[in-house]
Amino acid sequence: MKERGMVGYHPEQLIPHDHILRYSFKERLNHWIAAGSFIYLMLTGLAFWSPWLFWIAVILGGAELSRMLHPWLGLVFFCAVCYMFMLWSSQMKAEPVDAEWWKSLHHYIKNEDDKMPPAGRYNAGQKLLFWSFFYGGILLLASGLVLWFTEYIPWNLRWLRYISVVVHAGTALLLIGNLMIHIYMGVFAERGAFGSVIRGDVSLAFAKRYHPGWYKEIVGETERSK
Amino acid sequence: MSQATLRIQKMSAHSGTIPGEGTQREFTVCKLVDTTTCIGCKACEVACVEWNDMPFSPTVFGNTYQTMPETRWNYWNLILFNEHEREDGSLQWLMRKHQCMHCAEPGCLEACPSDGAIVQYTNGVVDFQQDHCIGCGYCITGCPFNIPKLNSVTKRVYKCSLCTDRVSEGLEPACIKSCPTGCLHFGSKDDMKELAEIRAKQLRDHYGYDKAGVYDPPGVGGTGVIYVLHDATQPELYGGLPSNPSIPLAVKFWKHPLKWLGNLAMLGGLVGLFAHYLKYGPKAREESDLAKREGE
Repeated sequence: MKERGMVGYHPEQLIPHDHILRYSFKERLNHWIAAGSFIYLMLTGLAFWSPWLFWIAVILGGAELSRMLHPWLGLVFFCAVCYMFMLWSSQMKAEPVDAEWWKSLHHYIKNEDDKMPPAGRYNAGQKLLFWSFFYGGILLLASGLVLWFTEYIPWNLRWLRYISVVVHAGTALLLIGNLMIHIYMGVFAERGAFGSVIRGDVSLAFAKRYHPGWYKEIVGETERSK
Repeated sequence: MSQATLRIQKMSAHSGTIPGEGTQREFTVCKLVDTTTCIGCKACEVACVEWNDMPFSPTVFGNTYQTMPETRWNYWNLILFNEHEREDGSLQWLMRKHQCMHCAEPGCLEACPSDGAIVQYTNGVVDFQQDHCIGCGYCITGCPFNIPKLNSVTKRVYKCSLCTDRVSEGLEPACIKSCPTGCLHFGSKDDMKELAEIRAKQLRDHYGYDKAGVYDPPGVGGTGVIYVLHDATQPELYGGLPSNPSIPLAVKFWKHPLKWLGNLAMLGGLVGLFAHYLKYGPKAREESDLAKREGE
């Protein structure tokens, strides 16, 4: 599996015209299954969240349909998150450089990327995003199952319902916050990132600037990486 | 009582004003259930099923006279039986007619996310509008009395409508009409409260029920069904009637502070990210090596 465990020289990931394969087909497809299902879940969830946003459910085919499909799409999302865990969890482990990265966050925010510590395939912020969606996904699934089958919860276990409505809404809010930053970074802030999750490749310059550690692993200590 | 036009004074998940709020002089209606004169005959159960044209619901035998463990989507009115042992060891057979309490501040309506699926008329009746119901079951979470029940086929919730169709025509609800002992009364909330207090005083003064009293819980703003109890200090004895019911704290937290905090955070996030783009723009804008490849 050439896209995993990249240590050392990986010439097969180099694509002509100075590009590197960053996301394999499996990774890209899974990303978009997760993204599509989450966006549907977010939109229908927001419709149930506030009367001001109820119109979203009307546009999406009616609130009854939204109520019916939301849990199923939730299962799709959770499966995608599980597959994401299989693909990426080993690369998302905390490293010493992550602590330094957080300390330099103000540079990152000000786009002073040359002052950032060298991130690997994923920087500390991306790792936090991954783990928040992983653990958030588990919380949403657990509370969501209670809300899905709420009428089967016996009266003396009603506290399960009380916990679930708060956990489901609270977790969803946190993940929506994460998603806003994720979309902003991927689409607007980091040019080249959106293309990488569509076509799979990034330029060598992108890799070198944002993921120097990963760049070294792929390209190796050649004259290019110096 | 007079006919009512059933204008709406509270509406679930409505983003605008409420059409009937404060537009009528309508008084609040109320059922009074005197548990001390109930004989558990279940005439009210039958009348409810008959009047509301509900399909047959199988009964459950559980070594008790009770028809089934709890109300169902098509069984809105249930007598709960409790064989209570007094301190002196003697038996007290407690019976309570259980149905929607028609809270002044309904937890179901508070929790409901669907516009107009749960309404409260100006006469205080809380009614489910099944054509607007989306079947999410949030009302089940919001109710402190375990009343809303989901029909698994239609995916809508149902409960006692306080015979809205009868009440709006000036009739009493079917259960009241059927009661043979006169333990059920129907009228304005003020009249029923007065009658209940008189009965409770009578029980205290002449029948030796020192703790007799009226159940009209303030935690939900008072209810459209009030009870006279032999022992008002222990309502739990009457089939688990909660002593101090209120909208669950989690539902209040979810629907008020969390909602406004969440809305502000989401809005603030969008504004913040937009402002960030205006101030800092995209990354690596000035890098010539990136500009060549990443401008695409």
